Amino acid sequence: MLLKNDRISEIVDGKRVIVKKPELLAPAGNLEKLKIAVHYGADAVFIGGQEYSLRANADNFTIDEIREGVEFANRYGAKVYVTANIYAHNENIPGLDDYLRALEDAGVHGIIVADPLIIETARRVAPKLEVHLSTQQSLSNWKAVQFWKEEGLERVVLAREVSAEEIRQIKEKVDIEIEAFIHGAMCSAYSGRCVLSNHMTARDSNRGGCCQSCRWDYDLYQLADGREIPLFAEGDAPFAMSAKDLNLIRAIPAMIELGVDSLKIEGRMKSIHYVATVVSVYRKVIDAYCADPDHFTIREEWVRELDKCANRETAPSFFDGFPDYTNHMYGTHSRKTTHEFAGLVLGYDPETGIATIQQRNHFKPGDEVEFFGPEIENFTQVIDTIWDEDGNELDAARHPLQIVKVRVKRPLFPYNMMRKEN
Amino acid sequence: MKKPELLVTPTSVSHIEELAEAGADAVMIGEQRYGLRLAGEFSRADVAAAIEAAHRHGMNVYVAMNAIFHNDKVDELGDYIAFVAAAGADAIVFGDPAVLLTVREAAPHMKLHWSTETTATNWYTCNYWGRKGAKRAVLARELNMDAILEIKAHAEVEIEVQVHGATCMYQSKRSLIGNYFEYQGKVMEIERKKYEKGMFLYDKERDNKYPIFEDENGTHIMSPNDVCIIDELGDMIEAGIDSFKIDGILHEPRYITEVTKLYRRAIDMCAKDREQYEREKEELLAAVEALQPPHRRLDTGFFFKETIY
Repeated sequence: MLLKNDRISEIVDGKRVIVKKPELLAPAGNLEKLKIAVHYGADAVFIGGQEYSLRANADNFTIDEIREGVEFANRYGAKVYVTANIYAHNENIPGLDDYLRALEDAGVHGIIVADPLIIETARRVAPKLEVHLSTQQSLSNWKAVQFWKEEGLERVVLAREVSAEEIRQIKEKVDIEIEAFIHGAMCSAYSGRCVLSNHMTARDSNRGGCCQSCRWDYDLYQLADGREIPLFAEGDAPFAMSAKDLNLIRAIPAMIELGVDSLKIEGRMKSIHYVATVVSVYRKVIDAYCADPDHFTIREEWVRELDKCANRETAPSFFDGFPDYTNHMYGTHSRKTTHEFAGLVLGYDPETGIATIQQRNHFKPGDEVEFFGPEIENFTQVIDTIWDEDGNELDAARHPLQIVKVRVKRPLFPYNMMRKEN
Repeated sequence: MKKPELLVTPTSVSHIEELAEAGADAVMIGEQRYGLRLAGEFSRADVAAAIEAAHRHGMNVYVAMNAIFHNDKVDELGDYIAFVAAAGADAIVFGDPAVLLTVREAAPHMKLHWSTETTATNWYTCNYWGRKGAKRAVLARELNMDAILEIKAHAEVEIEVQVHGATCMYQSKRSLIGNYFEYQGKVMEIERKKYEKGMFLYDKERDNKYPIFEDENGTHIMSPNDVCIIDELGDMIEAGIDSFKIDGILHEPRYITEVTKLYRRAIDMCAKDREQYEREKEELLAAVEALQPPHRRLDTGFFFKETIY
């Protein structure tokens, strides 16, 4: 399919290849996660600064960390976007100029914003920053996209409620970069139109205080003639608005053919193991599809790989149509992931076949572990001996961040990860 | 002293006559195809009749087009806007910029009120929408009194504040009630039941009951109590706030009319003699309390509440 504004694919030597490869955009809650996301194949990362961003509980970056993150990303040719997507109150106005200037000075490529206050202030004081409209604006139709294009924005993130067909129509009508979510947790409300946290916990959801009241249980009743009638039977799970997480791995080909410019993974609060796993899977899917779209199939091992870091069930949400009850979680909440991060590979000695590993979770001889990373095919093995840095044998790697050595059956590279089943 | 407009959401055309008697200066009406969480459903014929009735009484009529629109409705916005303009409405209430662009094409002289329920939170952004063509900004309900007064001090547009009624806490495009019934296996009942009135969610931990309903715009969850600040209007009247809104959603027309009468008295009294208002405002509050249905308590919303983040 050829769209008006973009050429998606071309025939090269008799074979169709994708020439418009979308950006893979990953979350990074701190500097370590940024480095992992970029190393594992993200084309861009989005991060939060100390202010104006919507995850008040994430670690968030100081300006110096942002500068270091940008320098690291630049070495890989990756971009850094900073979320500044609160709906600001009067009290947030002082300091905004300086903050945006500091982001520009740190080399940030763009900011993700919802409030016109921040859009116009950025244009005035930090004109080198690209401005992307946040999903907090719940942008749902082509004409609203047209408005923001006329306002000079480089990119818009669409509402999570927009379907594939609607994306196609928007792409046809408006020449602007489109960013869309492919993976991660979902607001079940229109983003920016939920103040449950304000009411229930006096925390401002649209300034980063969201306490996920939509994940709690409620009982549904009906008031009739002054009587409260329960609309659930004994043993029914309570009413829930809690949405399953998004997982569009099978829709990546469709997203690419639609010409979506940036494929976004949600999760600045998620672990380094999550970031590495999800980024590496989508990197493989996008690369494989773009190289040979007409002979592409989803490999089931990629799907299983994503499940290893999932803490909720997943669903396609609005992409293919209207979400029915199977898109919600009734009587269940988030669960432990099936696998956990056990160690980060720091080095590997090809002479001895011994890897140096920084402990991230308890492991001991006899445990079966799996190694993964951008340079290797996943492999599993049983841990035999564990040594400390001085060569003393250990009965377990029990201390957080402890440096240990283990023999591995295949070569490893720095930043490869070791996980184990829970 | 300048009095703020008293804006009320009526349930029907005939209710507008009662509200005129009760002292309302303006009404907001519309249909759920274009407007959000209205007290009554007004077809095009109703809108025309409502405008005629309201204008006969010297009241302004604002038509709600504040839904979040998807592509499927964009092409029909122009036709509705042209109808609303021809019918003589005094303003269109919008949140989605698609409406703003379409008004520029279809009815460039139509006044616009910017209203997104939750995102009008600072004076700069109110003025931004003013520069784009809005004459008025409807403030988020999550602001406290100091923030409202500060916005008014910097505003280049009219400022509207909801002083009474239920507020929206959550809007989803998802069919949450229908989905829950489907999950329970009550498939045959879904279409009939999901649009019924009087449903609420019970929050055990807070002992709160949140009204919930579904319509063409999705699922809406409302505040457990009705905001009422009939006894705290003085500073906003002195600051020159342009419009006070009573939202009648979830209430009977008689209740809305009686509450309108009380706010009419409060505004008139305060504008004329603030000291008298300060002496008598407790009685006004007690009069509203006496009108409350048993399951709806009053509170002061976020006017005097500290919110952190």
